[in-house]
Amino acid sequence: MKILKLPKDKLDYFASVVQQFGEVHAPVEQDGKYVFKRLTRWSEARLAYDRTILPPKKYFLPPKEPLLVYRPGEGYVAPAGDVQHRLVLFGVHACDVYALNILDLVFAGKYPDPYYQARRKNIAIIGIDCVPDGKCFCRSMRADFVDHGFDLFFCDIGGHYLTFVGSALGDDMVLATETLFETVSPADIDEYKRRSGAKHEAFQLDVEIRDLPEIFEMEYGSAIWDDLGAQCLSCGSCSAVCPTCYCFDMNDEAVLGSRAGTRSRNWDSCLFSTHALVAGGENFRESRSSRIKFRFYHKQRGFVAEYGRPSCVGCGRCITACPVDIDIVEVLAALRETRHAATH
Amino acid sequence: MLLHTDTAPPLQPAANPYQPYMARIVRIQKMLDDTRVFTLRFLDESMVRSFRHRPGQFVMLSIPGTGEAPISISSSPTRPEILELCVRRAGRMTSSLFRLSTNDVVGVRGPYGNGFPVDDIRGNHLLLAAGGLGMAPLRSLLWYALDNRHLFDGVILMYGSRSPADMLFRDEMLSLAGRDDVNCMLTVDADPSGAWTGRIGHLPSLFDHVTLEPARTYAAVCGPPVVYRYVLERLLAAGFSKDRILMSLERRMKCGIGKCGHCSVGYKYTCLQGPIFTYWDAINLPEMI
Ligand SMILES: Cc1cc2nc3c(=O)[nH]c(=O)nc-3n(C[C@H](O)[C@H](O)[C@H](O)COP(=O)(O)OP(=O)(O)OC[C@H]3O[C@@H](n4cnc5c(N)ncnc54)[C@H](O)[C@@H]3O)c2cc1C
Ligand code: SF4
Ligand code: SF4
Ligand code: FES
Repeated sequence: MKILKLPKDKLDYFASVVQQFGEVHAPVEQDGKYVFKRLTRWSEARLAYDRTILPPKKYFLPPKEPLLVYRPGEGYVAPAGDVQHRLVLFGVHACDVYALNILDLVFAGKYPDPYYQARRKNIAIIGIDCVPDGKCFCRSMRADFVDHGFDLFFCDIGGHYLTFVGSALGDDMVLATETLFETVSPADIDEYKRRSGAKHEAFQLDVEIRDLPEIFEMEYGSAIWDDLGAQCLSCGSCSAVCPTCYCFDMNDEAVLGSRAGTRSRNWDSCLFSTHALVAGGENFRESRSSRIKFRFYHKQRGFVAEYGRPSCVGCGRCITACPVDIDIVEVLAALRETRHAATH
Repeated sequence: MLLHTDTAPPLQPAANPYQPYMARIVRIQKMLDDTRVFTLRFLDESMVRSFRHRPGQFVMLSIPGTGEAPISISSSPTRPEILELCVRRAGRMTSSLFRLSTNDVVGVRGPYGNGFPVDDIRGNHLLLAAGGLGMAPLRSLLWYALDNRHLFDGVILMYGSRSPADMLFRDEMLSLAGRDDVNCMLTVDADPSGAWTGRIGHLPSLFDHVTLEPARTYAAVCGPPVVYRYVLERLLAAGFSKDRILMSLERRMKCGIGKCGHCSVGYKYTCLQGPIFTYWDAINLPEMI
């Protein structure tokens, strides 16, 4: 990969150049929390942030998105939407880029999703490294480093940002600044490695994932799921904030007094009681415990069977968002530590 | 792995897989008070010619302004150019479908799902066991087998309904009873009319009247949960291996193309890896049945 460096005091200038590649969105502070938002001034950007309330997923799979418009006589056509709108997301953390790489798998496959794919093409990503807090476990989930899925990625090495150039578009951004970026020296590489090692040590949470599928297989009937079902409110916050939850619902809205209408998709959650409900009232996951179990199984076990890795990236958002303090790391630890009393 | 997907030429995935193609309702047949067969033909002639499905696949059917739902294709790919959908009125979408008449247009996208593994079944006996609306997906396989009769050894059809009046495709079924290349066994739970001259008894009781060769037979089963329960019991008792029993599963579906997450069972998406599963797959996936 092409690696360069950018003097930190040139970041503002770089940000002004980058505007020609699209509308710049970055984390800004809002009531003590952070949200990705369109910048009106570069000075609003907060690049030293812990985590945004919603992940960048909201740009690629919007909470509500019109898919088709129906007009009598014409049939269904895709609306002249904003999928072609060019954006630059500035300051995306590695786990969130990793999560997009996971969504890429889901929205590709036999039936590529043209809406997601168009947005992925038209939204540039400039990543930035971060300092783990007490809710981060991306290192455990192998999502603390990304080698693709971004255009540029900045890593703090003191006076400079070491810059990974991840795409031709990223390279164009570098070239557009003419002489802003410098070549890296062996000392820069050493400094990067030193800081990367220190970051590894800074994680407070650790989850062993190698044998998780095995443990999940054994604990399918665990009482832990009943306990969680009794606590969970089925509010769906954990799905909304999760960068790799992608379930959606599809609904038609008719234009009043005509047969024209719009078909949209909107975020859904497997924690909602209707998620597996079919006509006639049969519900394949009626109890809360079966639904919260499903969420864990799909992330930590089902996704492994399908794509070779868990879909969780360890961003810690669900831990922050849950109103009843259900903590994924604690659940995984409890499953591992469960001892089954001898029955004889 | 038993199920594979190379029988039909793949439909060129449309540029936008969410986009339905408009089709005209060319015929509506009333089957029961709440069940009708809608015969559809795409408006676009190139779609008429290019649409190819495998028995057991389904489409996503759209009623403009109302919504979309998964419906099995009841017609056989050996009878192309039209699609027959046998629909029971269940809720919003199906109710507004029932308000449409001949010549109205609906939206169709697909075909989706794996369908029955017809290449594996070739050269074997085929046993079809349907209860009630379970005939909807099985009828496609039935006619596929009858139209390609030389590809299969014996063909046995077991079909159980609540009463003679509840039998779907009744005339068609009765006409099969006169053919010598299919063992057509029809039964009804009860006959309030007194005019039924055929068998009376539950679907599983038909097993008392046949000799099966389980090692050389594939059984395709579809019906309400009670049918699965008792028919599976009889098949296992007859010595069927669990991967020679094929079943069609119903799950909530929104996208039909492996994106929306609604149809998942355990680690699989019913819309992609199903809706046809072997019994072995079914018992090995958590929450499958
Ligand atoms: C693979 C497959 C094949 C099917 N084949 C047939 C068939 O040949 N004939 C037939 O009459 N019915 C069939 N069904 C069931 C049919 O899809 C439902 O009866 C239908 O979705 C009900 O929609 P509704 O809007 O009328 O009901 P509502 O209850 O108002 O449903 C609202 C929405 O919920 C979802 N939904 C509700 N019930 C089901 C269900 N059982 N399965 C999947 N999604 C559901 C749909 O997305 C639907 O749009 C099939 C289902 C599946 C999964
Ligand atoms: S499950 Fe929780 S920690 Fe894992 S990616 Fe989703 S929100 Fe982040
Ligand atoms: S955020 Fe917590 S309470 Fe809400 S659905 Fe998720 S686990 Fe349940
Ligand atoms: S119906 Fe959407 S994933 Fe299967």
